[in-house]
Amino acid sequence: MEVEQLEIRDHLGRHPPFDQLPDEWLDRVANEVEVGYFKAGDDLLAFGDEVRDLGYIRSGAVEMFRRDGELYNRLGEGELFGHMALMTTGRARFPVKAQEDTLVYFIPAAIFHELFDQVEAFADFVEVEDRTRLRQAAAASVGGNPLLTTRVDHLVSLDPVVISDKARVQQAAELMTRENISSVIVVAGEPGESVTAGDMVGVLTDSDLRRRVVAEAMSFETPVSEVMSTGVITVERDQFLFEALMVMLKDKVHHLPVLDRGRLIGLVDLSDIAGHESQSSLFVVRNILYRNSIEGLESLVGDVKDCFVRLVKEDANSHMIGSAMAGIGRAFKQRLLELGEEALGPRPVPYCFLALGSMARDEQYIVTDQDNAMVFDDAFDPDKHDAYFLELARFVSDGLARLGYTYCKGDVMATNRQWRQPLSVWKQKFSDWIERPQPETLLHSSIFFDLDGVHGNTGFASTLQSFIAGKASQSPHFLGCLARNAQNRTPPLGFFRDFVLEKGGRHENSINLKRRGSGPMVDVIRVHALAAGSTAQNSFRRLDDIRAAGFLTASMADDLRDALEFISVVRARHQAAAIEAGASPNNNIDPETLSNLERRSLKDAFKVLANAQKFLKFRYRPGGG
Amino acid sequence: MYDRRSWQAAGTSRDWPRIMQRQAESAHSPLLRDFLEKSRIEASRPLSDVPLVALDLETTGLDPARHSIVSFGLVPFSLRRIVCRESLYRVVQPRREPDAESIVIHHITHSEMAEAPDIVEVLETLLQALAGRIVVVHYRAIERRFLDAVLRSRLGEGLVFPVIDTMALEARRHPRRKPGVIGRWLGRKPVSLRLAACRQRYNLPQYAAHHALTDALATAELFQAQVAHAYTPDTPISSLWS
Repeated sequence: MEVEQLEIRDHLGRHPPFDQLPDEWLDRVANEVEVGYFKAGDDLLAFGDEVRDLGYIRSGAVEMFRRDGELYNRLGEGELFGHMALMTTGRARFPVKAQEDTLVYFIPAAIFHELFDQVEAFADFVEVEDRTRLRQAAAASVGGNPLLTTRVDHLVSLDPVVISDKARVQQAAELMTRENISSVIVVAGEPGESVTAGDMVGVLTDSDLRRRVVAEAMSFETPVSEVMSTGVITVERDQFLFEALMVMLKDKVHHLPVLDRGRLIGLVDLSDIAGHESQSSLFVVRNILYRNSIEGLESLVGDVKDCFVRLVKEDANSHMIGSAMAGIGRAFKQRLLELGEEALGPRPVPYCFLALGSMARDEQYIVTDQDNAMVFDDAFDPDKHDAYFLELARFVSDGLARLGYTYCKGDVMATNRQWRQPLSVWKQKFSDWIERPQPETLLHSSIFFDLDGVHGNTGFASTLQSFIAGKASQSPHFLGCLARNAQNRTPPLGFFRDFVLEKGGRHENSINLKRRGSGPMVDVIRVHALAAGSTAQNSFRRLDDIRAAGFLTASMADDLRDALEFISVVRARHQAAAIEAGASPNNNIDPETLSNLERRSLKDAFKVLANAQKFLKFRYRPGGG
Repeated sequence: MYDRRSWQAAGTSRDWPRIMQRQAESAHSPLLRDFLEKSRIEASRPLSDVPLVALDLETTGLDPARHSIVSFGLVPFSLRRIVCRESLYRVVQPRREPDAESIVIHHITHSEMAEAPDIVEVLETLLQALAGRIVVVHYRAIERRFLDAVLRSRLGEGLVFPVIDTMALEARRHPRRKPGVIGRWLGRKPVSLRLAACRQRYNLPQYAAHHALTDALATAELFQAQVAHAYTPDTPISSLWS
């Protein structure tokens, strides 16, 4: 009969997956709906009941239970139940009970199957298990930023210019002028037809010629090998532009040789990427490196926020946002240390300034405190040298505070004598933490075992990373204790019940996405990474290692990745929105400000975390093997 | 023919099966006779076993003598499920020009009505959809009186039948709807018996009012909710109809 179920149609049309349906389908579905009312406490489905239709909650809320009576899920307005049964055995696996007085629109199985077969968007939605829905939500949030989707070879300049390390600097300058390039790749011996990664021994740049040759009044006959920059950093042609950009930011280079299966095919230039992404974090970093005072650096704080907001608006993924902001933080530290060294004189012994926590992981956002430490060469003598480093540490720490990186409440800063130590003392400390874990040292482990060298002799940082990875992976008791700690902060699944209950009402509550979401997730990932002996610091890179080592199945690793990505992106958006509104950004999110799909996905992400914590309990046990 | 005043005053104790049988015996129209025979439902039948149909008429006014029907909507249902697929909605030609005010209420335009059939053309469809079911309405005075009036004018004989009135059921739940002196002083509002207000008390969603089909659906949902809260599936139909 040609009737219009206006109310039913409109409501369905506002909720996924029905919002994806063409009008004629929506009309049909609305006309086929059957309606049922359930008082709070009524059973909608018992275990093993035949499921004859898809349930759509029009008002109220229901709860789904496992067979053992444990709560499995809570559903509110616009959410579905029964689809898993319809797609599988046709029998209810999870009993469903009305938590409030609830009105349900039932969509008969026949229509469900027709939709499933004929409307792809509908099938995609109902087919996916909760976690897969999350993956799609995360994937959909990566939009059209060309840095994320364009690969390096798109911008590579072909026919790279190379020169022998035995050539004279004057020859090199001539070649560079002739070719109109600002840098040249140096190869060992005479350049052949094709250059491999192993042939490259350095890069000679305009600034090398200026600083090391002209300024030092060196002979133009000096061999190139004596003035070039050594340690060639390369990228692969199929890497994304943002990855190349991050390498450049991190290592302060403006050119990167591009390899194709180990063979040099060209060079990618900072200015090319910058032209591609005119307002990137790169410019902020460059400006930081040119400022000569703390006041000068302070004037850039607004740019940092703008950069963050822009990245979020361009739908950058969390890895890109996190590494861009960490790159900026790193640049601030580097510049402060340089300014400090200028004021205090040359360093008395080699040292390395360490970034800890989110900056070390390349997962920094806009709201962050400073966690840092110093590693000295073992020639360090506290009586002679420490006054210098304390002064330097204070200078950096106070400077960072003025730049918006608040002092660490736990005093994990290089200004704390405990955290200024020679390399051998650090190794001893870490050994103790791993061999005899105590509540306090376990907390330290979760901060210090994400470390990265920012300035000075960064080799110390790499040494410590390898030391930790090697030792922790062999220490089941430590892993067990760390795993137990990683289960302490549980995801706020119960929050969603309140949310359902309070619909339409006021929400006093909000979720701290860092404390209850990304933080515990990073903790879980760290345990597996240490067990797998990974030296990676970034959580996504760690997941790659964990998966490769077989410590998590591919699907578990993917779930964690998607969940972390989703929570991180929601967090970033929340902070960007606060900045734009002129408020101070934080990590507390009110679920009511989220879209229906976001809320649903957030809940899925928390479920992934809860499962990952459960798995941790089963996988690592203190005191055992 | 049944005396109008007596059924208007009737309580819940009316012997509806007998009334229906008497009307069937005296009815001339086969349409009415068919309806009356099918709709003779035993007083003791439990609610869970009774086919129901929610009905809503939109009219040009409140007085059947002066105003007429502009549309009707109905949805068959049971205690368990409301079946949208079998619902029915028709706009019909009013006999008298509707005044502008009621048009605003129903959102039915003059041109829509001009193209609509006369009610006599859809009477058969309407009665067949109602037959064999107990009619559920919100505020019985409208539906029953307007239908009776239409049948009298078009077929020359009227019709009365049992209805369940969700408004009357709600009034039973709230015998003291007007707050006393203290209640008024405390700012208590009288309990409203309007459809939307009743629905709200059962956590039912807000629907746009004054579309006959939506109102019929809203009434069916309200009745399911009322039974869930105040009655049982075994409650005999006779304790609810009037």
